Amino acid sequence: MLKGVSAVFKRELAAYFATPLATVFLVIFLFAMGAFTFYMGGFFTNGQANLGVFFSFHPWLYLFLIPAISMRLWAEERKSGTIELLLTLPIPLASAVLGKFLAAWAFAGLALALTFPIWITVNYLGHPDNGVILASYIGSWLMAGGYLAIGSAVSAGTGNQVIAFVVSVVISFLFTIAGAPLVIDALSGWMPVELLGTISSFSFLTHFNAIMAGVIDLRDLVFFGTLIAFFLFVTAVLVDLRKAG
Amino acid sequence: MAMIEIDGLAKSFGPVAAVRGVTLSVDKGEVLGFLGPNGAGKSTTMKMLTGFLTPSEGAARICGHDVQSDPLPAQRLLGYLPEGAPAYGDMTPRGFLAFCAGVRGLTGEAARSAIERVVTRTELARVLDQPIETLSKGFKRRVGLAQAILHDPPVLVMDEPTDGLDPNQKHVVRELIREMSPQKAIIVSTHILEEVAAICTRAIIIDRGRVVADGPISDGRIVFRTSPENGEAGEVIADARDLDDVFRALTARPAAAA
Repeated sequence: MLKGVSAVFKRELAAYFATPLATVFLVIFLFAMGAFTFYMGGFFTNGQANLGVFFSFHPWLYLFLIPAISMRLWAEERKSGTIELLLTLPIPLASAVLGKFLAAWAFAGLALALTFPIWITVNYLGHPDNGVILASYIGSWLMAGGYLAIGSAVSAGTGNQVIAFVVSVVISFLFTIAGAPLVIDALSGWMPVELLGTISSFSFLTHFNAIMAGVIDLRDLVFFGTLIAFFLFVTAVLVDLRKAG
Repeated sequence: MAMIEIDGLAKSFGPVAAVRGVTLSVDKGEVLGFLGPNGAGKSTTMKMLTGFLTPSEGAARICGHDVQSDPLPAQRLLGYLPEGAPAYGDMTPRGFLAFCAGVRGLTGEAARSAIERVVTRTELARVLDQPIETLSKGFKRRVGLAQAILHDPPVLVMDEPTDGLDPNQKHVVRELIREMSPQKAIIVSTHILEEVAAICTRAIIIDRGRVVADGPISDGRIVFRTSPENGEAGEVIADARDLDDVFRALTARPAAAA
């Protein structure tokens, strides 16, 4: 374990709960999840004992809610000047990057875990495949990690939280729909097919849908793992670049 | 070996040269007063010395460890109070100091006694459980100081430690620095010239990114070796109370150039 990760992790996680941010976020997250699943998704009327509709809304909710968690990661430190403190403490930069990310990811995991009543509900009403549900939860959490890593890198690139939020949403949106007709049709006229295939393989939706089918494929794990590692690396590079002035 | 060694440090932000070749060293027992007009490069030099900024040229060493190539050992031996004493506003001083202790590898009883010691020295006991953002400027500054001396570092770098404090609080901070000084190498930047006479054993004046005067202080007298930008190198012996005049003579610009 890198030195200092746990100290940064604990501080960051506590910071979410030191302000109303945690409460507001959790309430809105759970409320939105419920509203989407029951009203827009027709959870009760579709007559299926599974959580497919519930999980199918996750990418779209994350798109807006995850940047709200990640935007403060570095932008706030820069604004308040505490980054000068953090970067002159005797810990590797990687520890600070990782500790912050893990705290945000744990917080997202908590929000996700608090949706457990819907799992109880579906088990009460029928006999769902709990293996599929578990896989979907894991997939959803991995996907949240992907969005968070993107948000972390964007936050490191600016001292302004609003900019961090908006840019994160846009980049996250591109990653979400990379495989959708909106993107593919726009590019297919002039882009080589191989490149098109590469772009659509970056789609969060494609990978998440694969996991939601109940199979955690190594390729999907590798995709999200690599994506997270890459954007955390970008975060570290951006923080370090700022040191050079 | 000097505990702080700064060797030809320079820093440019784009076309603007903020620091242009600062070289100095500080030994144990020395308290170096860093003087200079606003924007002279004091804070930038300190930020490079502490590893927050990457120098464009030159190197800085703390107890022999190069801050750039070997930052962690250097930063372990360093206590740093950045300009404005930034701290996490949503934390209490207790939580903040516990975090700093944890990052510095102090745990359990060692952390507890270190925190207790600095809380006593900086007189923070009364506000220990209030969020830092609700504290007065004086208390915030003392939280920053407490963080800087938490691990009893041999090297202390403080950027305007008494800025914005009332006379009583200034006195407390100066006493603290004086008490610690025999064991440590200390750099203090300040705008308050009488502070230099009160606590420093040596003073330098930085102007436009260069050291223009450097000299020891003893018995309230200061012997400066000067090298102003457009003037002759020389020596100025001044009463420390007249530092104002020396400062202005060395750093004032003609009105037309300002």
